[in-house]
Amino acid sequence: MLYLSADGRHPVRFTLNGRYVEGEAEPRLLLTDFLRHEIGATGTHVGCEHGVCGACTVRVDGLVVRACLVYAVQVDGCRVDTIEGMADGDELNDLQLAFQRHHALQCGFCTPGILMSLSQLVEEEPHADGSRVREVLSGHLCRCTGYYGMVAAVMEVLAARRKAKNV
Amino acid sequence: MKPAAFDYARPDTMDEAFDLLEHHGNDAQILAGGQSLAAMLNMRLASPRILVDITRIEALRTVGTFDGAVDVGATVTQDRLLRWPGLTTQPLLTTVLPWIGHPQTRQRGTVCGSLAHGDPSSELPLVLATLGGRVILSNAKRTRTLSAAKFQTGAMRTALEPGEMIVSARFPTAQEGQVYRFHEVSPRRGDFAIVAVAVVADSEGVTVGVGGVADTPSVRRIEWLETDAFTDAMNEFAWDLHATNDVHATAETRRGLVRRLGAKLIEEARDALSLC
Repeated sequence: MLYLSADGRHPVRFTLNGRYVEGEAEPRLLLTDFLRHEIGATGTHVGCEHGVCGACTVRVDGLVVRACLVYAVQVDGCRVDTIEGMADGDELNDLQLAFQRHHALQCGFCTPGILMSLSQLVEEEPHADGSRVREVLSGHLCRCTGYYGMVAAVMEVLAARRKAKNV
Repeated sequence: MKPAAFDYARPDTMDEAFDLLEHHGNDAQILAGGQSLAAMLNMRLASPRILVDITRIEALRTVGTFDGAVDVGATVTQDRLLRWPGLTTQPLLTTVLPWIGHPQTRQRGTVCGSLAHGDPSSELPLVLATLGGRVILSNAKRTRTLSAAKFQTGAMRTALEPGEMIVSARFPTAQEGQVYRFHEVSPRRGDFAIVAVAVVADSEGVTVGVGGVADTPSVRRIEWLETDAFTDAMNEFAWDLHATNDVHATAETRRGLVRRLGAKLIEEARDALSLC
């Protein structure tokens, strides 16, 4: 059994975007703050800090989760994926390029979390329709765009990926 | 918006978990998906001395059909239950699960955690109560089974005692000739329900459950006495819930929604029954 005392700093190690990372955390440290302050990975944004806005959404072992509702010590040994792992160096991936083309972002604060949610959708549900895309987007708040461009971008990526894979 | 300090324990077995819960009593809080708990801790609405993370206990991860019910282990997430192939044995769960929160919160939030949280507007306590389901509770010494009505004792209150945890929840599987309907009204999809209604209809009558109005889900049985008897019955039901005004809706709005949603779902279920 693992027992970590409240006042101690404890080692936390996991795979972040395919690379091994480690740091120390008190049990109460949120994954958002661990990523940003301990690792220095500031791509994950912090919005409401109570699981409503979706800005801090990341993937843990493939699942899409709110990083503000997870403690860093809980992801020890897990695979964590964030927005930093999406592009290949300076080459944006298809979803990011479609967001750019469709003006699916303005200020960009909510975008990293939204892209993490959508990355799961386009991987796992090649035949998702507009209402399913909207359902996934309902877990995110964007105060700039009105979501229209996001839906158009995802639909385009889904169609392109289906065509490429001939499904 | 940061939680107060707490010890973090991650037991590997039920016995280890029970030892921790017994030793720490009211100072301990069980952590499963954390979709309600972690938010409450961030807002400092709760500050337990120790969190007992049960997610790595193998025995709590199971979902299956047992004793005429869908048996959902304590750490099974809402999303996992929704994707479970055996869920066809209880269509009401298939209908209701997509209404809970958002895809992102369902991938971490657990079924039993929602029951333990006991929010008056949440869907799973309503489904459990409407189906006449049960909750299996254990501590270091004994296991007991409580009906949904006995388990949830008030708004955010349950019969869970210090040292005790939910092992699983049992949602009775569908019986032949039953028809299910569910709908809820909220400002936006995924928000807390202002009113949620679930119905289970059969050839004799209809069981109606209402959430979001009273402190706990309320369930009433209405027999098919005469064609429109349920309109009066739903009106009575609506008044008996003692709706109150809050920032989301007035009592009058809530009563109106109970009547209209109730009547709509009952009619739909009755029509579906006559087609069977």
